[in-house]
Amino acid sequence: MDSHAATVEAGLHHRDPELHNQFDTLEQQKDTAHLGMWVFLITEIMFFGGLFGAYLVYRNLYYPAFVAGSNSISIFWGTLNTAVLICSSLTMAMAVHSAAIGARKLLVGFLSLTLLLGLIFLAVKGKEYYDKWTEHHVPGANFHFDDPERPGEAPVPADVASQTSIYFSLYFAMTGMHALHMIIGVGILLALIWKASRGSFPPHHYTMVENFGLYWHFVDIIWIFLFPLLYLISRTPAMH
Amino acid sequence: MSTATQVPAALEMPRDTYLNAGYGVKSWFLTKDHKRIAILYLVSITMFFLFGGLMAVLIRLELLTPAPDLFQSDTYNKLFTMHGITMVFFFLVPSIPATLGNFVLPMMIGARDLAFPKVNLASWYIFMIGACFTFSAYISGGVDTGWTFYTPLSTSYLNTHVVAAALGIMIAGFASIFTGLNFIVTTHRMRAPGMTWFRLPLFVWSMYAVSLVQVLATPVLAITLILVALERGFHIGIFNPQLGGDPVLFQHMFWFYSHPAVYIMILPGFGVISEVIPCFSRKRIFGYSAVAFSSVAIGVFGFLVWAHHMFAAGISTYSALVFSLLSFIIAIPSAIKVFNWTATMYKGSIHFNTPMLYALAFIGLFTIGGLTGLFLACLGIDMHVTATYFVVAHFHYVMVGGMLVAYLAGLHFWWPKMTGRMYPEPPAQLSALITFIGFNITFFPQFVLGYMGMPRRYHTYPPEFQVLNVLSTAGASVLAVGLLLPMFYLLWSLKYGEIAGNNPYRATGLEWQTESPPPMHNFHETPIVTQEAYDYESMNEEEVVIG
Ligand SMILES: [Cu+2]
Repeated sequence: MDSHAATVEAGLHHRDPELHNQFDTLEQQKDTAHLGMWVFLITEIMFFGGLFGAYLVYRNLYYPAFVAGSNSISIFWGTLNTAVLICSSLTMAMAVHSAAIGARKLLVGFLSLTLLLGLIFLAVKGKEYYDKWTEHHVPGANFHFDDPERPGEAPVPADVASQTSIYFSLYFAMTGMHALHMIIGVGILLALIWKASRGSFPPHHYTMVENFGLYWHFVDIIWIFLFPLLYLISRTPAMH
Repeated sequence: MSTATQVPAALEMPRDTYLNAGYGVKSWFLTKDHKRIAILYLVSITMFFLFGGLMAVLIRLELLTPAPDLFQSDTYNKLFTMHGITMVFFFLVPSIPATLGNFVLPMMIGARDLAFPKVNLASWYIFMIGACFTFSAYISGGVDTGWTFYTPLSTSYLNTHVVAAALGIMIAGFASIFTGLNFIVTTHRMRAPGMTWFRLPLFVWSMYAVSLVQVLATPVLAITLILVALERGFHIGIFNPQLGGDPVLFQHMFWFYSHPAVYIMILPGFGVISEVIPCFSRKRIFGYSAVAFSSVAIGVFGFLVWAHHMFAAGISTYSALVFSLLSFIIAIPSAIKVFNWTATMYKGSIHFNTPMLYALAFIGLFTIGGLTGLFLACLGIDMHVTATYFVVAHFHYVMVGGMLVAYLAGLHFWWPKMTGRMYPEPPAQLSALITFIGFNITFFPQFVLGYMGMPRRYHTYPPEFQVLNVLSTAGASVLAVGLLLPMFYLLWSLKYGEIAGNNPYRATGLEWQTESPPPMHNFHETPIVTQEAYDYESMNEEEVVIG
């Protein structure tokens, strides 16, 4: 016990410049930052949880409308974006690994790749939104749901067509909140790339990269849930 | 009446304190010191409290007579909405955690600061930005949704600035999340050597439970209010019944936050009372672990009772039964605390210092508030008194009689630690007494009014209700005196109060071992803990009892 106090006192005199003064050791500082990030991610789960809860309620109430809405969005772009995000998680994991072994150029490279993939995701998402806008599938004044003509299917009844507005409200709210998290992530990535290129993340002090990795993977996982819930509702005609 | 605060005359203020560590605007607005941030919060929420209190005064004035004298119904709707929003989101939620908690929690566990000082400062700025949004809505014409923002009223039928008000609350919610996150991580990672979980002061336990609730519940409020704003702004239809949406879903999501938020607004009070009662009874707290775990139990059960706000909103009979039962169960941990505090006082040597007077008031008022909560958890009675003054009286007993009184207890208790000077005891004791009496005259008649059927949120009422309403308004003016007095004598004490010394109450707890006001990093040496909390018995043996 006394030795601990002694190290604290000694620590105060020649402290690592990266060590903030509320902490005794770099180890403690790192553990604390990690715990903080995990708690933050739990709040994020609750945040999206509210949306998932609303989704669950309305999908049960208006299943046919959800099927019709889901079938009207492009499975190609959705799948592509899923692949893009999974790859970006890989490059992010590689970035964290590069930081751990102190490879600065690799770190900058992988972070930039992650940034690129993130931007591709957002561009594709923007294209999808634009398509929905031109199809009048954005809820609000101009909303109008036409049955996407699918061979061998009966046309969607009028009440189901109007109920799809709830599906699209949730679609935009959920993917919009997800995209907002991506945009914030892209902003932080820019800052990280700039700092990494100046050598701010030596192997004993790259907590920021690690924590951002946790955030990026979290945003990725949210998408892994959104994709089947929004894009893949009863895509096979014989199934419903 | 005896007090434990007679201090020798030779005390001097410590030389280096957090207050003189820097001067000027920048040293306050860019500070990362948890103590200074606590002061920033203290000043801000006091302003908001005055504003919310002014709204309450206007409401009570209007209700003096059965006829509409002062305001039209629209204005009256805005008044109670602004009163509710301001008091709940901008005073009660941050009250104890962001001020007293921010100030003493790191000291209680022997830390130099919170785990994330920058996040702590950011939380204050976020809070103030949120306040700017909400108050801009007030200024540009007001909001009249009620503090609950029920749909479809809020989304489709009102022309006031609902979006700005709701976004302001959402933003302020993130301040609350950040405070909670900081406290959780700090309690886990920053405890001094020897400070085990079961040596933590009970205030820290209750802060921990509150933080869990803040972190888990507030994000749901955030997304709910975002959906309301989107629905108003972009006409998407999630809660709008015309588009097939379900307005009751809004109530579920809103109360999923706002019932736990009731515990955000009372658990910190429990924490303060658990510090004050042992100190002024000179006795170890009775059943430490029962009090600690009941805080956590309240935090957990608090998530399972939200639909008791919706018994009259058309939820199924079976879910109403289950939620009614769960609401009864959550009374158990609260009752455990009340019994433990009472048992702590039993055979203690009780000193009636101001914090103790407030604590005693708290026990009485909170018990009434809690028991009437059980009335409301009964399906049959709830049907009769839903949306009447009975409900208004119930939650004011919990939030004002409970939390506000506990906040005042804590503010007086730690005032000497925060400022280095004692508050003057006689006027403080008087104000505690006036508050207690004024509070009961204001709100007890409202139980009767509600039982007789007077609905809440109307500015007119049948003449037979006038006597009790006049009584309530008269009580409110007494209460106002009790609440305004501390502002005067506490400010006075900043300059003229007696110098307090490190530990004016001879209290246990690490915050009392350092100087008053504490130095910038709280302790000159990291403290080492070898004792349980509240070891007043051995402290009493060591010293001759003063007073
Ligand atoms: Cu409740």
